[in-house]
Amino acid sequence: MRALFLAVLLRDLRLAARRRVDALLPLVFFMVAVSLFPLGVGPETQTLRHIAPGVVWVCALLATMLSVQHLYAGDQADGSLEQLLLAPQSAVAVAAAKCVAHWLVSGWPLILAAPVVGLWFDLSPPALGALVLGLLLGTPVLSLLGGLGAALTLGLRSGGMLLILIVLPLAMPVLIFGAGAVSAVESGQSAAGHYSLLAALLIATAVGAPWATSAALRISTE
Amino acid sequence: MGAQRGGRPLFKNLDFTLRAGQVIWLRGRNGRGKTSLLRLLAGLSTPARGVVQCDGKPLDQCPPDWRRWLLYVAHANALKDDLTVLEALRFLGALQGRTPSVSEIQQALDTLGVGHMHQALVRTLSQGQRRRCALARLALPQAAAIWLLDEPFDALDREGVTALHGLLQEHARYGGSTLLTSHQDVTFRDPMPDTVDLDDFAISA
Repeated sequence: MRALFLAVLLRDLRLAARRRVDALLPLVFFMVAVSLFPLGVGPETQTLRHIAPGVVWVCALLATMLSVQHLYAGDQADGSLEQLLLAPQSAVAVAAAKCVAHWLVSGWPLILAAPVVGLWFDLSPPALGALVLGLLLGTPVLSLLGGLGAALTLGLRSGGMLLILIVLPLAMPVLIFGAGAVSAVESGQSAAGHYSLLAALLIATAVGAPWATSAALRISTE
Repeated sequence: MGAQRGGRPLFKNLDFTLRAGQVIWLRGRNGRGKTSLLRLLAGLSTPARGVVQCDGKPLDQCPPDWRRWLLYVAHANALKDDLTVLEALRFLGALQGRTPSVSEIQQALDTLGVGHMHQALVRTLSQGQRRRCALARLALPQAAAIWLLDEPFDALDREGVTALHGLLQEHARYGGSTLLTSHQDVTFRDPMPDTVDLDDFAISA
C-alpha cells in the first residue's frame, strides 16, 4: 500500500512540475482575489484587519475548489483511473496520495503566501502566525474534502458547480475555526481551542475521506 | 451472466471459461457490450446477473491481490501526456507491484519497435506509437497471467500487428490466458483463438 501511495504521489508531483502554469493558477487566483478586497473596501486599516481572516480563508477555500475540480478528470479521460483502481492494493492509497499531492501543489503555496497577504491587511505578527498555523491545519482538510467531492461528481456534466455545492457546506467548520483563530489572536485571546478543533477536523477527514473517496471513485467508474 | 449499461440490457446467459494457454477472441457488433464485458471481468463493474469467477471463486471472495494476475489494456492507453514513455511504463508497472527496470522497459519497447522513443514525452507520439508503447506492458518480464485487451490492434500498422501476434502466441505458449476484442481479423493459428460472439447472447429490443 505504501508503494502504491508513493508511486501515485511522485507521479502527480512530477506531472505538476511539468505543468507549472496549471500548478500556479490557484496561488495566482488566491493572491489576486485577496488583493481585490483592500482595493474595494478602502485603505482603512481597522476595517482591513477586521475582515482579513474571513477574506483570506474564503479565498483559500475558493482557490482549493478551483484546483481540485480536475483531480480525477484527467486520469479518467486518458484511462489512468481504471489502471489506478486495478492496482492490487486498496484504492484508499490512491485517494490519499492524490489528496496529499494536491495539497503540496495547491495548499502549501497558499500557506507560504499567507504572511505576505496578511501584511496587505495590516495584520500583526501574532495574527500572521495564527493565520499560517490555521492554514497549515485547515488546507489539508480542504484538499481531502475537495478530493471526495471531485470523486463524487466525476463524469457529471455540471460536476464543477456540484462539487462546490457539496464541499462548501462541509468546509464551513474549517472556515469558522480558521478565521476564528486569527480573530482571537487579534483581540488578545488564546486561539488554542480553534487549533484543537482544526486538528480534530484534520484527523477525522484524514481517516474518513480517503475511504469515502475510493468508494466514490469505484461508483463513478462503474 | 447478464449485463446492462445505463439501464439498457446488453447480453444475457453468457457463460464461458478462459483457461490457461487459451486465447479468446471476443466478437460482436458495436454496442453489444464487449468493453463492458472486459470491465466486468476486470472487476471494474459488477454484472446485472450472475457472477465472474477467478480460479473457481467469485471475484469478491478472491484474495485482495488477485489483480496481480491481471493486465487490462483498455481502449484508452493510460499514458500521461506529460510523462516520458519510460516514466509512464514504470508507473503502470509500479501500480501492479512490479516496477520494471529501465533495461526491461527498453527491451519491451524494442519488441514493439518503439525502443528509440523511451525518452520521448507521450504527447509527442502518434496514435500508433502510443498504442505500441501501451502494449509494451505485455512484453515486460513477469507480466500478469491473464490479459484482457480491448481492441489492441487499433492504430497499429502491419509491423505492430505482427509484433502483437508474436506476444500473444508467446504468452499462450507459457500458459497465459488472453481475452481480446478486435474488429480486425486475428490471423494467427498457433494457438487457434476460440471465439465468443456477443451477438449470440444479445437481448433483442
